[in-house]
Amino acid sequence: MQKLFGSTLVRHLVLAALACVGLYVVTVSISPYRNLQLATVALYACAAAGLTVLIGHSGQISLGHGAFMAVGAYMSALMMIHQRLPLPVALLTSVAVTAALGALVGVAAARLHGPYLAGATLSIAIAAPAVANYETFSALLGGHNGLSVPTRPAPLILGPMFPLERWLAWVTCLATVVTFVLLANATRSRFGRELRAVRDDEVAAELAGIRLGRMRVLAFVVSAACAGLAGALLAVVTSLAAPGAFGLGLSLTLLAVVVLGGLGSLTGAVLGAVVLVLLPSWSTDLAQRLGLSQDVYGNFPLAVYGLVLIVLMLAGSHGVVGVLRTLRAVVSSRWPVRTSDPS
Amino acid sequence: MNQFLDLTLNGVSSGMILAAVALSLVLIWRSTRVVNFATGAMFMVTTFVAYSVIRATGSYWVGFAAAVLAGLVLGGVTERLLIRPVEGKPPLNAIMVTIGWLVLLQAVAGMIWGGTPRSFPPAFSIRGFEVGGDRLLFSPFDAFVVAVVLSLMALLVLLFRRTAIGLRMRASAFSPEVSRLVGVRVGRMLTLGWALAAGTGALAGVLVAPQTFVGPNQFDAILVFGFTAAVIGGLDSPPGALLGGLMVGLVLSYVSGYLSTELTPVGALAVLLAVLMVRPTGLFAGTRGRKV
Repeated sequence: MQKLFGSTLVRHLVLAALACVGLYVVTVSISPYRNLQLATVALYACAAAGLTVLIGHSGQISLGHGAFMAVGAYMSALMMIHQRLPLPVALLTSVAVTAALGALVGVAAARLHGPYLAGATLSIAIAAPAVANYETFSALLGGHNGLSVPTRPAPLILGPMFPLERWLAWVTCLATVVTFVLLANATRSRFGRELRAVRDDEVAAELAGIRLGRMRVLAFVVSAACAGLAGALLAVVTSLAAPGAFGLGLSLTLLAVVVLGGLGSLTGAVLGAVVLVLLPSWSTDLAQRLGLSQDVYGNFPLAVYGLVLIVLMLAGSHGVVGVLRTLRAVVSSRWPVRTSDPS
Repeated sequence: MNQFLDLTLNGVSSGMILAAVALSLVLIWRSTRVVNFATGAMFMVTTFVAYSVIRATGSYWVGFAAAVLAGLVLGGVTERLLIRPVEGKPPLNAIMVTIGWLVLLQAVAGMIWGGTPRSFPPAFSIRGFEVGGDRLLFSPFDAFVVAVVLSLMALLVLLFRRTAIGLRMRASAFSPEVSRLVGVRVGRMLTLGWALAAGTGALAGVLVAPQTFVGPNQFDAILVFGFTAAVIGGLDSPPGALLGGLMVGLVLSYVSGYLSTELTPVGALAVLLAVLMVRPTGLFAGTRGRKV
């Protein structure tokens, strides 16, 4: 039993199965509105997970993940409008296309360092909505209004009265759990170790026979694919792919919540996604109670993200996950748990 | 042919503004080796200050002075409070701090002035000069822009080359340790460098605002264009910033004239990627060996 549980794959699969059971219980017991919120959390967790692997494990920064999400969203919208393809095919096509785009950006990014990479990805974030707004493409991409995606009802097997929101929550949660299992395994495998080796010491990694360029490009591919999947899911959940949703703000918000959760941690990515979805509605509630104007509470989440980025970076802290780890270390040094000798 | 001339003149005047933005980035890069992604947000705030002062006093020039003054103060404060603590930490931390500052400033500006862009007055008429019955796409205000940016450059060159304080600033950037040993207050010089850079940015903001209007997210694209210009110039050289600004200004003007205004960010991206692919640290940067 212990040996079986020692295998990373088995451990992650068991965790994923537990997560699926837990999510099933949650989705059948909460309101349709909460189900939609859960779906949104799940899809942002997917994008945040990709970004946290890129920044935390490979040490490359991307300020343009909103652009990858936009590509995924438009791709799946086009697939579902024109080709009437089934949902999984549309999602997988989006993933494939954004992965290819990620490879393209990654090849460019592998040559760049720090501020140059940040600036290049920043300009991608600005350019993506501009392409969608371009008049010549407006027949295809719908210009400022974007594309509205036809809503697909839940499969008939589940019964005619099955709530759409619960179905959407199931789809996004399942896609995200699969992504998390893949990412968790990848970061603990040889791939993950090589990524961290490249991040920590380029010369040592190169001497150890790791091909720097290839690792950097691969990290971008993985990360872009996650963002593309998240974008495609966003288009499905909101039935819309419009340029306004994918501005610079989205890219910077993703970065902020990933730092807030703790760079490189998948748990942190989930926490970040929860904050990203809940903070705006909390601040609206709070503002209505205090009687603040819309200008103030509309900008409140942004102010929080900005402050969080600054404070965490000045303190050199590893986000919520880092705090939890420190707490656990303190607790276990005070009250050591007696474990059976593994040998 | 006429359209080409118009687009070229327009490109020169907008290129001058981009050159000022690039110069602001270059000054900061030279003094602290940080790319200040909050540059656009900082001069958005100073331009809003100018907007409010102009509304309150009715005088354009008081607002103009207020913007530059606010820029100097904001730059110095930013260096002391936010950048000094991340000195010597991994470069990713400094990038994140400036991005956090960008987000925070945009949020605060949105809280104070609201999200709708406001119109901003130009210093002089924006009706083009008339030459032989044709109206050029170059106005007295454009001439003012070119004159302001060029004289700013000249002043900065004089400051850095001909004054004791400029020498100290160059020394602090070149070798902080040695400068400290010979009695230069390096910290103060860095703060001064940031203040000058933010003041330059504030000028750019006031000059570009009549065209773009002023709003919390109005200068995002200008920052990207300015960064492109600075990278073309090598991030390290003020003359490079001027040249890069002019190049980007011209390219963007042609793109918006011959293709579409919507495509200018794509044009900037194409230029930036092309330059970075050929020279990963910009066209005018001195070649410095990197490990791998």
